Amino acid sequence: MKRVYVNEQWCLACHLCEYNCAFANSGLDDMVLALKGKPIFPRIHVEGDERISYAVSCRHCDDPLCVKSCIAGALSKVDGIIRVDRERCVGCLTCVLVCPYGALAPAGDGIMQKCELCLENACDEPACVAGCPNRAIVYEERGERA
Amino acid sequence: MKRYTIIGNGVAAIGCIEGIRGVDAQGPITVVSHERHPAYCRPLISYLLEGRADLGHMPYRDGAFYERMGCEVLSGRDAVGIDPAAREVELDDGSRVSFDALCVATGSSPFVPPFAGLATVASQHAFMTLDDALGLDAAIDATSRVLIVGAGLIGLKCAEGICGRVASITVCDLADRVLSSILDAECAALMQARLEEQGIRLMLGDSVDRFEGGLAHMKGGEDVAFDVLVLAVGVRANTALVSQAGGEVDRGIIVDNHMRTSIPGVFAAGDCAQGYDVSLGAKRVLAIMPNAYMQGHAAGVCMAGGDEVFDTGIPMNSIGFFGLHAMTAGTYEGACYEERGEGSIKRLFTEDGLLKGFILIGCDERAGIYTSLIRERTPLDSIDFEALKKAATTTAFSAERRAQMFGEAV
Repeated sequence: MKRVYVNEQWCLACHLCEYNCAFANSGLDDMVLALKGKPIFPRIHVEGDERISYAVSCRHCDDPLCVKSCIAGALSKVDGIIRVDRERCVGCLTCVLVCPYGALAPAGDGIMQKCELCLENACDEPACVAGCPNRAIVYEERGERA
Repeated sequence: MKRYTIIGNGVAAIGCIEGIRGVDAQGPITVVSHERHPAYCRPLISYLLEGRADLGHMPYRDGAFYERMGCEVLSGRDAVGIDPAAREVELDDGSRVSFDALCVATGSSPFVPPFAGLATVASQHAFMTLDDALGLDAAIDATSRVLIVGAGLIGLKCAEGICGRVASITVCDLADRVLSSILDAECAALMQARLEEQGIRLMLGDSVDRFEGGLAHMKGGEDVAFDVLVLAVGVRANTALVSQAGGEVDRGIIVDNHMRTSIPGVFAAGDCAQGYDVSLGAKRVLAIMPNAYMQGHAAGVCMAGGDEVFDTGIPMNSIGFFGLHAMTAGTYEGACYEERGEGSIKRLFTEDGLLKGFILIGCDERAGIYTSLIRERTPLDSIDFEALKKAATTTAFSAERRAQMFGEAV
């Protein structure tokens, strides 16, 4: 399946992916209204230091510890994509405790949200990828595990 | 065709069913369920009282789950015996269920110390099951004075769940601190302050000497008047079925990394089992929900003839009270690295070049990176642990490792 991958040698640490993610999931069609002056809670975040940087979002693992660990049954894997049911999530953060990639963080209301590859919002492809100015984030098929 | 039986219908049972069906789509599965509810997550019951979850959100899987998985659920039935030679489970109505592979997922039961005068208490409750929560829900109102015995995870989650709905909450515990199974003294003090801000009265290092109706005479000398009593002292693994059948039992049912008990064809998973803790390097009961699912899943796969090892279990908890979150994992042995912030404490415990455990209060960002270091026994000299001490970040890993993590399908 197509997944989001990062090429850390191309990442400029511009954080545009974070803004594009927050905008794509805001439900609004005006970026200024969606983001200006507001704290944002993107589902992707740029990690790094002065040497390297790269964007981290859900890896949609084959063996998702978050899904197995969710105390509310709020996380599930559907067609390879790990989804969260925000109605069921109680904000216990057990998924944050187990994700080896550090890819998960709650929304501003303390309830979990996560990258669902922009398939649940109005974008056709991940907004972080579409808006990356240096092709440091790509959405493509790579070798799947057997 | 292989026949499967599961005793218990909690999260370990669900993991087991899904493990079986990943290997064997056909073999019939019988689930013996003491409770009449479909499987639900026990930790949700405090959120139910708090109003952050409702009954419709309790089931762990959708309404068609058991049918889709080809399970027959014997609801409201108890297993009373296992006959390993005949490969049969005897039920409380005298009927017998035969199996080729059995998973014992009987969970644990509240431990009630023999308090003097307990029988004189009119309204007393445990806080383990959905029915317990519904019973407590019906027993409390805005005038209720509630006494909770036990300031552990269960007792305090109960307190949070009813806070604001009752007149007063007093929690006592023999231990000198709250959450004594997962927090050290200083971290517990931080959590205690948050609880007390909410008006919850804590009586630590004290316990009930005897009950007299709605009065608890404390060992410390005080008398506490209450209307509703919640007993949350602790739990014991339900091991009797296996021990009576001749299986090896300690504090839990002893299992290997395939979740096999010492009885051929009989597996065990979840709170009733005593399996390997990679942070301890020994077996212990890991009565936490993620462990229940993963043990159940491994058991299910192996019952169906597949091969799944679960050897990465560790104790871990993510638990918040009134907005202050504590994450803990592993064992607190060895050298301690500490970092403090405004209202936050981070403690990382290292030994033999490995991260063995941590306590994080009010600083839980990307904590799973730490958890994975414990679970995978990552040698700390293979990563930039100095950077990791400051913040949980994957930049501390080698470029090759990062390329795997973020450049390959995982």
